[in-house]
Amino acid sequence: MGRTLAQKVYEQHVVRRTEGEPDLLYIDLHLVHEVTSPQAFDGLRAAGRTVRRPDLTMSTEDHNVPTTDLLAPIADPVSRAQVEALRKNTAEFGIRQAPMGTRDQGIVHVIGPQLGLTQPGMTIVCGDSHTSTHGAFGALAFGIGTSEVEHVLATQTLPQRPAKQMSVRVDGELPAGVSAKDIILAVIAEIGTNGGQGHVVEYRGTAIEALSMESRMTICNMSIEAGARAGLIAPDETTFEYLRGREHSPQGAEWDAAVAAWRELRTDDDAEFDREVVIDAASLTPYVTWGTNPGQGLPISGAVPDPADFADETDRRAAEDALAYMGLTAGTPMREIPVDTVFLGSCTNGRIEDLRVAAELLRGRKVAADTRMLVVPGSIGVKQQAEAEGLDAVFTAAGAEWRGAGCSMCLGMNPDQLQPGERSASTSNRNFQGRQGKGGRTHLVSPAVAAATALTGKLTAPADLQEVSA
Amino acid sequence: MDAFTTHTGTAAPLRRSAVDTDQIIPAEYLKRITRTGFEDGLFVAWRTNEPDFVLNKPEYADASILVAGPDFGTGSSREHANWALLDGGFRVVISPRFADIFRNNSTKSGLLTVVLPAEDVAALQDACEADPALPVTVDLEAREVRWADRTVGFEIDDYTRWRLLEGLDDIGLTERHLADIDAYEAQRPSWKPTTTPV
Repeated sequence: MGRTLAQKVYEQHVVRRTEGEPDLLYIDLHLVHEVTSPQAFDGLRAAGRTVRRPDLTMSTEDHNVPTTDLLAPIADPVSRAQVEALRKNTAEFGIRQAPMGTRDQGIVHVIGPQLGLTQPGMTIVCGDSHTSTHGAFGALAFGIGTSEVEHVLATQTLPQRPAKQMSVRVDGELPAGVSAKDIILAVIAEIGTNGGQGHVVEYRGTAIEALSMESRMTICNMSIEAGARAGLIAPDETTFEYLRGREHSPQGAEWDAAVAAWRELRTDDDAEFDREVVIDAASLTPYVTWGTNPGQGLPISGAVPDPADFADETDRRAAEDALAYMGLTAGTPMREIPVDTVFLGSCTNGRIEDLRVAAELLRGRKVAADTRMLVVPGSIGVKQQAEAEGLDAVFTAAGAEWRGAGCSMCLGMNPDQLQPGERSASTSNRNFQGRQGKGGRTHLVSPAVAAATALTGKLTAPADLQEVSA
Repeated sequence: MDAFTTHTGTAAPLRRSAVDTDQIIPAEYLKRITRTGFEDGLFVAWRTNEPDFVLNKPEYADASILVAGPDFGTGSSREHANWALLDGGFRVVISPRFADIFRNNSTKSGLLTVVLPAEDVAALQDACEADPALPVTVDLEAREVRWADRTVGFEIDDYTRWRLLEGLDDIGLTERHLADIDAYEAQRPSWKPTTTPV
């Protein structure tokens, strides 16, 4: 029987296989940030261990970093201590580190691809669940906890068991104004936040093949929101073009050898998946979430659902709790929901393409009077590129705030937070209770919906703007 | 990691589904750089905002077994969620279904996650609601949860069970196979990237 792409990558990394034990899997790249690593470094020191492959390890500071006053010391002493611990630990163990304000700093999942460190067929881990982002390159990439961070630092391997295989096929052409974010929100709404549990998801089909690398990253990024262990997409010419000439991409004859190997990374025609989901791209519209998990989403043309309509008691209770927390009434059209804050950024939608889409809608227009819009590039590299293209001027002219790079309001570990009761339209990945600040209410949206929403102050599809101006 | 053989304690019913890691411990409580002391963040929003929240009730103050709805631990990879539960006095979480990363982390941190069928979870929730002092035993050796006159078996693979029973840390086990790792590294393609600055 044939094998899937994920199975091929997995098998290529098995260091040791013994009956009755997990496989030992080699890790090609370990990304490290300040939140999930300090206890791992302490563990190494306590046991007298070293980092086996500092040259396969990259670190940056992203979760805690402020997005203003980048060159000043971090004001919050606890955040500062965590960032300083990372700097001390990486210096002690000889790990490359990109500090705040430098070119390579940014969200780990943005800088890996930016530097060309993320390549097809690799195994990539990080103490962060959105490591699945790197699957966009045909890598097997997944999030791990701090004990496993320590394990990878010490041994460059992880005990693993093969996952179940799931195919999400999206065929057809996306309508105008509908993006990768809408695809993945629709997928999660369809299969639920546990739909991918125990599985690695391969996204396939003509609509996926037509996507840019940035859009593929948006889709793979949210695999974890469907409960999947990882998500990935077969590498193709789009992947190779993205990688060609990047700082850590192979060069010369090595490039040719690498591309030849990468072309083999495809699911065999006779491979079997444990579960298959099919989505028609042409049927998709902009998606927004109404509740407090990413599966509670629907087309923006819809209305807040009535909990009584859920057949399953667990779903009904979850919907009741969500509506109470979100301050929403069943039957309210989504388009009538006002928002206080629009957040454009995160490892889901903080790349250059995301900023371009939003800037195009904002160009020559103004953010609504009672709405604030934060634009937080995913990395300093993205920030510099956006500034070279003049996007920062578009955002600031529209009245949006142009910030430094980091995770920012996606999870509010820095000062960028919602106030209790405030409502956001956010291009990030989680609408959990309090995620963006205590009592904050989050609607997940695409960059285009975020920009359109900023202009009207209510959840708005980009197509609605054309109707207004026509 | 502390070994886990069998544990008897009282149980708290958490009748919620898809309890995500941001609810177990919000991001602002992840800034500590030590391995302990995370109990202050455990379910802090619910403990603060909901007087009737189960863990605010004095009769569950000493509970060491959490009996939760399906999809416990969804979201982030933060092992701090496991640490917060341990620091808060819990040794076991029982649910019909766990998120993968949370469950995997629990096998590293010594918090036992037990999957039981939804009807058994509901029965246990009812039982510890009726009698908060009800002793519940989670027996890893026998792979059983026992309360009152009920005994319900659970599945756990032999390897993970052995590691938990012995309290073994994975790194020590992997270090027995350094020769295999050396051999693997010797045949990695030369074009695989390193992070060394170019």
